[in-house]
Amino acid sequence: MGGRTVKTTQVAVIGAGPAGLAAAIEVARAGGSVTVIDENAKPGGQLFKQIHKFFGSREHRAGVRGFHIGEQLLVETRELNVEVLLDSPVYALFPDKTVGYIHDGKEVCLKAEKIIIAAGAAENALAFPGSTLPGVMGAGAAQTMINVHRVLPGKRILMIGSGNVGLIVSYQLMQAGADVAALIEAAPQIGGYGVHAAKILRAGVPIHLSHTVKRAMGKDQVESVEMMELDARWQPVAGSEKILAVDTVCIAVGLTPLTELAWLMGCEFAFVPGLGGHVPKHDLNMETTVPGVFVAGDISGVEEASTAMEEGRLAGTACAEGLGLLERERARDLKTVIWERMNALRTGPFGDGRRKAKDHLVGLPVGGYE
Amino acid sequence: MRVVKHPILGDDRRKRDAAIIVDGNRVDAITGEPIAAALMAAGIRKFRVTPRFGSPRGLFCGIGRCIDCVMTVDGQPNVRTCVTPVKDGMIVETQTGLGKWADEP
Repeated sequence: MGGRTVKTTQVAVIGAGPAGLAAAIEVARAGGSVTVIDENAKPGGQLFKQIHKFFGSREHRAGVRGFHIGEQLLVETRELNVEVLLDSPVYALFPDKTVGYIHDGKEVCLKAEKIIIAAGAAENALAFPGSTLPGVMGAGAAQTMINVHRVLPGKRILMIGSGNVGLIVSYQLMQAGADVAALIEAAPQIGGYGVHAAKILRAGVPIHLSHTVKRAMGKDQVESVEMMELDARWQPVAGSEKILAVDTVCIAVGLTPLTELAWLMGCEFAFVPGLGGHVPKHDLNMETTVPGVFVAGDISGVEEASTAMEEGRLAGTACAEGLGLLERERARDLKTVIWERMNALRTGPFGDGRRKAKDHLVGLPVGGYE
Repeated sequence: MRVVKHPILGDDRRKRDAAIIVDGNRVDAITGEPIAAALMAAGIRKFRVTPRFGSPRGLFCGIGRCIDCVMTVDGQPNVRTCVTPVKDGMIVETQTGLGKWADEP
């Protein structure tokens, strides 16, 4: 590592989103030194674009809007003097738990005893003719534009996908002043919560089930979209094509965990479709198959910000325990409370499936790629 | 178009305190906002054209991952406009293909 700046910390947390900040708070609260590293200019991950109220119980801050939860996390990290390094993309993890990152054009090495990877997830793309035209974008990208940067990505929008992201962002686009022409969903039923779907239906936005996009048309940007109906075998229904005049197409077809750093570290993986694809195997403490390397949040399976924060707290508490900052009994008590809260979040028609997928992942044997 | 009034977030009172030059034209912007936001606010959505087929590209992921929104900024090609903050006086150019450095022949 000759010539590079070398810093040290007990716990390095990669990602300053809900999982990473919650993890750092637990380490700091136990008296550990912790450094959070994030490539973005501002901390908070995707919390600051979530202007809707969260679900869950009071412990999960249900009824509080996402960006307020983000502000609370930032206050806590400041009060606990957590070091948060921004504008610092991590480019390498070395076996001795050194984190390589770049700041201000310079390489820096951060030597840690434990690493928590909380890199989050990225939106899935959807390929169709015209999908590369300007005006076709991720629903999350549109959400960032309206709620964080206060800019409308277009005037008339087609939303693809009726999961919670598609439903919530449709409503938020309307709150920002856009016209949502329609929401289409390839499956025969709505993917997200009924309460979110009801809000946009009440606002007069049609939801076309068993419909998909055939192509987007336009010269230098989207001018219209051709959509079509799908039959019970997901095949196009001949003659069902309809043209919709829109200038923007938002894609909300799920997310994929950002696992590059866990692969780099040599963590064993499992393919769990219910969690978004390939995810690092981890135990109940969120520790991967590489001792001292933890994961938390969407990288360990795509869920919601509330579960991401609980996973972060678990990983942070387990790190503090491993460093001898918390006695085993005290750590067990703290973790038991978190596990109970997390299980409460993984209930209901959507949570049950995630709980099963997580239980499967945690129960996988160590040894080899699955 | 900017979202000035908002039922949850309230009014946006930030001032357009900066100007960037986009393909020779002045575009009003806010210091610190991503270049892509300033462009979208001005109705500019085509950020570059691809090397082989010359097809247009614009903002896609908005979080710096997909690199579809890259442009030439102050002579440096392949700058991710969705995560690069505006500075007053920036020169932003629609990028053709892989772009060229300002000092490249």
